[in-house]
Amino acid sequence: MAQATYQKSTKVSKLLSVKNFNYKKQKMLIIILFSLIPMTLLITFSYLPLVNMIIYSFHNWNGMSPNKEWVGFHNYVLMFTRPEYFTVFVVSLYYFFATFFQMGLALYFATVLSFNVKFKNFFKGVIFFPYLLNGVAIGFIFLFFFRPEGTLDSLLTLVGLGEYTQLWLGNPDLINVSLAGTSVWRYMGFNFIIFLGAISSISKEIYEAADIDGANSWQKFRYIILPSIKRIVELNLILAISGAIGVFEIPFIMTGGANGSTTFVIQTMTTAFEYNRIGLASAMAVVLLIIIIIVTLVQRLLLRDKEA
Amino acid sequence: MKYFWAVIKYLSLIIGVLITAIPIVVVLFASFKTREEYATTGPLVPPESWLNVENYVRAFTEGNMLLGFANTTFMLIISVFFAILFGAMIAYILSRFKFRGSKVLLGLFLLATLIPAVTTQVATFQIISGLGLFNTRWSAIILFMSTDIIAVYIFLQFLDRVSISLDESAMLDGASYFTIFRKIILPQLKPAMATVLIIRGVTIYNDFYIPFLYMPRPDLQVVSTALFRFQGPYGSQWEVICAGVIIVIIPTLIVFILLQKYIYNGFTEGSVK
Repeated sequence: MAQATYQKSTKVSKLLSVKNFNYKKQKMLIIILFSLIPMTLLITFSYLPLVNMIIYSFHNWNGMSPNKEWVGFHNYVLMFTRPEYFTVFVVSLYYFFATFFQMGLALYFATVLSFNVKFKNFFKGVIFFPYLLNGVAIGFIFLFFFRPEGTLDSLLTLVGLGEYTQLWLGNPDLINVSLAGTSVWRYMGFNFIIFLGAISSISKEIYEAADIDGANSWQKFRYIILPSIKRIVELNLILAISGAIGVFEIPFIMTGGANGSTTFVIQTMTTAFEYNRIGLASAMAVVLLIIIIIVTLVQRLLLRDKEA
Repeated sequence: MKYFWAVIKYLSLIIGVLITAIPIVVVLFASFKTREEYATTGPLVPPESWLNVENYVRAFTEGNMLLGFANTTFMLIISVFFAILFGAMIAYILSRFKFRGSKVLLGLFLLATLIPAVTTQVATFQIISGLGLFNTRWSAIILFMSTDIIAVYIFLQFLDRVSISLDESAMLDGASYFTIFRKIILPQLKPAMATVLIIRGVTIYNDFYIPFLYMPRPDLQVVSTALFRFQGPYGSQWEVICAGVIIVIIPTLIVFILLQKYIYNGFTEGSVK
């Protein structure tokens, strides 16, 4: 496309031979002008922090003092030998498993709502809406929801399950389940809308043909919908891993990481901004980044194999 | 059998709606309750009076929400304006000119999205404070206005559909590339801009972490951080906190109802491709 554009524009330039030189110069100028600020921002706030972070990770530095002490791999060794830095990965597992639940629900609702349903737009709207909500608002909504004698306890009592009421955020065995549940509530609508978009791009004729063959809804799902959106399902599932490692907002706002709900990112931020251990925090961030990059690469490779 | 499945289908949808709605509706209930009423009634009980706006007044004034909304609006307008402008500029040169480095340019934007901002935050913080932007509005604005690959892709896709012959005829009239960008490209990109505006707008309005970390000064509070502050002084006054939550949700609800169609399109266009 760009090649064709170029050829066309050179043709025009030749046509206007007097302006030829002028346009060439202009082109250079506009390329530089139009990419200067965006590139400066990109380099300053994406690439420079990355490079600095790697450098910091080999230093012992409090973030303020002018001299940084080179400590080699000490920070890395420290984080892999201290159990408090390791348990955060266990917390990630809760969010990781919650994602499967989230995908399943999203896929179910997307399939149901891509067929004829009354009040379709109403259902679509309500299911998607939480994704647009403010994270702090969601934090408070669910603090209220999980409070002792709060919404959840009242609901359980209402349906006769009163004996199960408990400290949803006070019980270390349950806190991460409660928080991961909040995360499902918040993000399910996003997966839902993506699946809905993918399903709606399937040609209507395929369904018509299936109807003629007498396929039922399950068969349509199994043999038409699922294969057509398989790539997106895979993509979302693998992205779930990096998502689970990067969890921050919900536990930070709701519990501040108390009661064993600290995630990797909360741990990194506390190390950096509360304990002023920039070097150690950077090493943690580098490890986090490496995990995410590996996950992304694996995903690329898997998807490429499928295409071949 | 057919009816059985229809019942299951609607039942599951209704349960889905209830699970989504109940946590929000109970907060709405609580926000209209008086102190005593809140203490004596369960969360599932609707308020006695729907006209008791006292909690809203308190949340809005004591929580200084007006300041939060003003700061958020200011930050949002400036950063979204520049994010759109820069995105359109990059997309224009990438779609219309083939030059050495154009692939590298696109690649740099793409690669940057692979680095989750949350991982590099510690180092970004050092840069922001090194630039003297810590505790100023510009810290968040400059971080929000950086172009992202989603915007570039959405613009590129639109520009592919805009015929080159429009550019060419303008060139025959002697228009400069700059004029072409301003008079032809920008107007053509309007629908794409709406998409980017919505996606970016929602993200910035809801963002908590960047204002929380970079602008701790109380007079710089945005909607998110203003609400977060309720945690301390109103620790047990849930009826006031609930009113604050509803105040923050109302703008989102209005935007959602008015722009539903565009929001759906925006999210599918932005993520699937």
